[in-house]
Parts: sequence; C-alpha cells; structure tokens
Amino acid sequence: MQFLARQDFPKLLESLIIAGYQCIAPQIREGAIVYDKLQSVTQLPQGYRDNQRPAHYQLEKNEDVLYFGWAVGVQALKPLTFAPRESLWTAKRDANGKLTFIETHPEIPPTAVIGVRACDLAALHLQDQHFAYNSYSDTYYNARRRQLFLISVDCAFPASTCFCASTGDGPSAQTGFDIALTEFPEGFLVRSKSSRAEAILATLPLTEVSETQQQAALAQNQQAIEKQTRQLPSRNLKAAFFANLEHERWQDIATRCLACGNCTSVCPTCFCHSESAEPTLDGSSNTQYRQWDSCFTLGHSYMHSFVLRDNILLRYRQWLTHKLGSWHDQYGRSGCVGCGRCLTWCPVGIDITVEAQAICGESL
Amino acid sequence: MTQMTVASARARHNAYLPVEAEIVEFVQESQTIFTLGLRLTDPALHAAYHYAPGQFNMLYLHGVGEVAISIVSDPEHEDLLTHTINRVGRVTRGFAQLQVGQRIGVRGPFGRGWPLREAEGQDVIILSGGLGCAPVISVINYIMRRRERFGHLTIVQKVKHVDEFIWPERYEKFKQVPDTTVLVASTEGSVNWRWDVSPRIKILEEVQVRSERTVAMMCGPEGMMQSATQYLTSLGMQESSVYLSLERNMQCAVGHCGHCQFGGQFICKDGPVFAYSEIKHLLGTRGI
Ligand code: SF4
Ligand code: SF4
Ligand code: FES
Repeated sequence: MQFLARQDFPKLLESLIIAGYQCIAPQIREGAIVYDKLQSVTQLPQGYRDNQRPAHYQLEKNEDVLYFGWAVGVQALKPLTFAPRESLWTAKRDANGKLTFIETHPEIPPTAVIGVRACDLAALHLQDQHFAYNSYSDTYYNARRRQLFLISVDCAFPASTCFCASTGDGPSAQTGFDIALTEFPEGFLVRSKSSRAEAILATLPLTEVSETQQQAALAQNQQAIEKQTRQLPSRNLKAAFFANLEHERWQDIATRCLACGNCTSVCPTCFCHSESAEPTLDGSSNTQYRQWDSCFTLGHSYMHSFVLRDNILLRYRQWLTHKLGSWHDQYGRSGCVGCGRCLTWCPVGIDITVEAQAICGESL
Repeated sequence: MTQMTVASARARHNAYLPVEAEIVEFVQESQTIFTLGLRLTDPALHAAYHYAPGQFNMLYLHGVGEVAISIVSDPEHEDLLTHTINRVGRVTRGFAQLQVGQRIGVRGPFGRGWPLREAEGQDVIILSGGLGCAPVISVINYIMRRRERFGHLTIVQKVKHVDEFIWPERYEKFKQVPDTTVLVASTEGSVNWRWDVSPRIKILEEVQVRSERTVAMMCGPEGMMQSATQYLTSLGMQESSVYLSLERNMQCAVGHCGHCQFGGQFICKDGPVFAYSEIKHLLGTRGI
C-alpha cells in the first residue's frame, strides 16, 4: 500500500492517457452522477454528496475537497461491457439469393475507468460469469471487457439506499480491480493487483503509508458499514422465495409496480436482452441487433401465441425470485450486490430489501 | 489446419453467427405443418455438423429474424438436417412460404437432447401431445432404426382434433413393428378416424410399465406432461427416468439473453430436455 498526495492525482490521469487509455470517470450531468470520458480532473464531481432514498436522488454540494464523496450514480460499468444496444452481425443477400453473414467486431479502445465502486466490481464479476465464463463465451462482451482497466475508490459515504455490507460486496473493494484507492482530503491510499497497474503506479510520486493512515482507512471502512441501515438477509433466499410464490404480498406489490423496467435497466447484474432484425428497405441486407430487455416487458415471456407472464404480479415475481432466488442455482450466489439503484430509480419507490423481508421473513 | 477444421472452428467461435443453408426439400405435412430439409452450403461445415436427437437449431429467415426449431433428422442416417415447423408466428409463417433452392441461416445445434444412452436396453415410452410431436418423432425414428437395442416400445400420441395428427402412415407402420405398442387418440373424432376417441390422456391407462428402469420421453403441453408423469410414476416408474422437452421464448440459444429461464434453468442450454426430477418443483406453476 502506498500514498498519492491529492495535488499529484492529475498525474494518474496523465499516466493513463500516456499509456494509451481513454479514461472514463464520474461527472455530473443533469443533476446526476454519470460515467463519461474524462479529459481533466476538474470534471470530477468534487465536493458532492448524493442524497438517495426510494424514488429520490439529489446531489448536494458540500464544501469538502473529495472527488468521490458520493455513493453510486445511475449506471457504472454495465454499459461498457454489455452494450445497451449493439449489432451482432449483418446478413447480405445477393441477386442469386445467396446469403453472406458478416460478424460485427466491436472496436473499443483500451479504457480506464476511474471511480468504480466495490458493488460495481462484484456486479462485473457476476456479468463475467454469465457472459464470459460460461459454456458459450460471448465474443461481443469479451471484446469490451478485455479492454477495461479498473480503478476503484472505496465508499466512505454510502447512501441511505446502500446495503452492500449485508450482501458482502462492499463498501471497500477487495478484488477485481487493477488499482484500488481509498480517498482522504489529503490524498489517496493506493493498492494494486496487476502488473499493468504496477507499470502505471511506477510513474507516480508515491510515498510510504503511515500506520495512522492505515488505521484511518480501516476506520473509514468501519464507519461506512455502520452508516448502512438497510440490509438483505445474507443467507440463500431461494427456498424461502419458492416456498412463497403464492404469498399475498406479491399482489400488494403488483398494485404499486408500474412495470416500467427502470429497476432492471439500472441493475448492474441484470443481463436480459432481446434480438431484433433490422433489414434495409430493399431487403438485401439485414443487421441483427441485441439490446437490453427487461422481464417487466410483455414481450419477454412471449411464446408464439401467448404471453406467459401476462400480469405485473407474475413479472415482478419473476424479477425478484430470479434476482434473489434462482440466481443461486445459476451462479452460486444472489444476483444482488446491494447497490440500491433499483430503490432510488423506481418511480414508486419499491424497496427490494423491504419486499424480500415481507415475503421471506416468516420462512427464515 | 485443413480447410474443414478452420471453417468449423470459425463457426464454433461465435455462437451468435449463423451459416448459410439451402432448402433442399420442402414437404407440406398438413395445412399448417411443413418440413424443411436443409444442407449447409459450405460442404465442409455440412460434413462437420454433428447433433443429437432432441437438440435444436436457430433458423434465420432473411430480414425477419430467428426461431428455435428442433432437429428431426437422424444424425447417423440422414444427410439433410430436417426441421418440422408449425406455422404459428411471424418467422414461421415466413418459412412456410419458402421454396426449394432458397437460402436461410442456421446456427446450432443447441441444448441437451434425449437420454438415448440411458434408454438403451430398457423399455421406452414416448408420449406427445398436440402439435408438439416434432421433437419426439426424432427419437421414435432413432429407436426404430436401432430397434434391437431397446426393450418394449410404447408410442402414445394425443391430439385434440384429428387434423393435428400428422404422419398417420408412419404410425400405421410403427404398429407393425414387433414388441411395439402404438396408442393414438383424439379428443374429437371424425368419420375417417381409425384411432381412439378419448378425452384428456385416458389412453395412458393402456400403457404398461414392466420395470422401474423404463424410460419415458415426452413433449407437449406442460399440464399434460405433468399428469402423465404422475400417472407413470404411480405405475412404478422413477421420476428421474421421465424426460420432458420444455418450450419457452428463445432468442440467443446460448444461455445469455434470459428469455428461456425456468427457475434457475436456461431451457436453451440446460434443456430443452429435462428429467422430471429436475423441474418438478416448478412445473405447472403459473408464470414460471
Ligand atoms: S437488485 Fe437493486 S440493489 Fe441489488 S444489485 Fe440490482 S439494482 Fe442494485
Ligand atoms: S419495481 Fe419500480 S422500477 Fe421496477 S418495474 Fe416496478 S415500478 Fe419500475
Ligand atoms: S434463449 Fe437466451 S438464455 Fe436461453
């Protein structure tokens, strides 16, 4: 572990750019934190907190010097690896009716993401398991994933919606990063996990970390854990959910949920997508696209002549029983990393921790 | 690497990418059901294409899209890849209008097929309901070609209307094969109907289970498969020896898009064929 003084932080950005990375980092757009291309550290959201609660998100100016004093933005890594919409291949038909299929190769420059959260890394690991380390490894996902260089920053100020401590995914990054930072007003504690990270760090004026600084990092982590008031039961809820498929709470949720799909689109682990054919007008060429889909749409469970989940109760139930239940069968853990986004961005403020407790509580 | 292995390695590399196939045969089986016989136009790919009964392909109709269709041909005895299709949706209606010589896209094979190894030496019961009989015809043909390797064979086919019953002459032939029982019934009869008329799956009562090692394979409506399984297990069959082919919306066929999930299973890659014991806790639950 080493120390990088705050005034030297811009050098990290310079080194990454010299090493050939485009940098993506948090910035403020229309009142929210989003991840976008970064040219200068002055674009970072310095001195902000995010006030989040179900159906509520507001950035608040705070006079401190911290760049990463907020919790989570709307999205983080998911759009970078699993594109919201992308072309898979193009089919061309010649005058004789012969078809040629041309594979799309996504061209992504090496990309360094600064300000990744522990929950984002955990979600990325789940997406890796789903798309990359599976019986079929997804060439589109892999092409994007391979280019990422990840610089995490531990959370010091979780939002009221955060519950990553209860899912075991935060608030401090343990694994999955190239470089991990812990931020203090005077600078950053720096940890690294990869040799390419060492090469970047070698260009920076790093100093030894004092015993006091190490203690301060531990204390910051402890305080961040204590700030979290929400939690999910840490045990496997699969059996409890599937024993409660007829629980009356589902009907209660169904009267509130609008089936808008906001929760699935902000969730960093949701992987559903649909394919569509988009032919040119003359029909000679067709491009096959895939785009994010949601289990809240009617089309998601369409089966040539009927819709399997034809009401909101069944669709919400599919979402929650998959996310917190059957995900265990697929990837050995729940599909929730406790980022709280689905609470914040739900227009009616449905809280997954409350609903899980209401449905499974008596079965635990 | 030879030309062939280069080509097939490339085809495997991206499971989303179809290869071109030519329609070599088009057979109209009934008003709405037809069979496409396909040959991959790259001879090396065609020769290297291996599959098992019960697996499926994603067939691409140019400019319209893809659809999952099970492969009905015999992997060891037939050259063409055949697919029997019911005209029910946008893509299948388009396929129904194609002609011999036209080109489509194919990617596959996907999924886990029928447990034919396990069934060798055992009595076999094959049951299908309604129009969902295409997946089982592959296994019936497979066993007929290798009849001596299996015990007593019972074929049960249940339809609602007589015109859902395709291939009557094949079933007549199956009946002549030694050690084979063929039970066909329709809920509604008609003047020329030579088989049973009975509601639901009453004909199952004629099925005999001689050994607990009997293997059953079925496809059709989930409710029918569920009650059939309960009946067969009450006759002494093991739940782990009853296999069901399930159907859901399928788009990627490789376990990525999430549409085909059945609880924790991806029907496209963990199925479409499952042992009853693997899925019974959710089978028949609305919205799963
Ligand atoms: S379910 Fe909600 S809290 Fe959990 S990872 Fe997804 S968006 Fe975050
Ligand atoms: S739970 Fe909330 S965010 Fe999700 S679909 Fe329902 S209303 Fe939309
Ligand atoms: S068809 Fe896409 S996951 Fe099964």
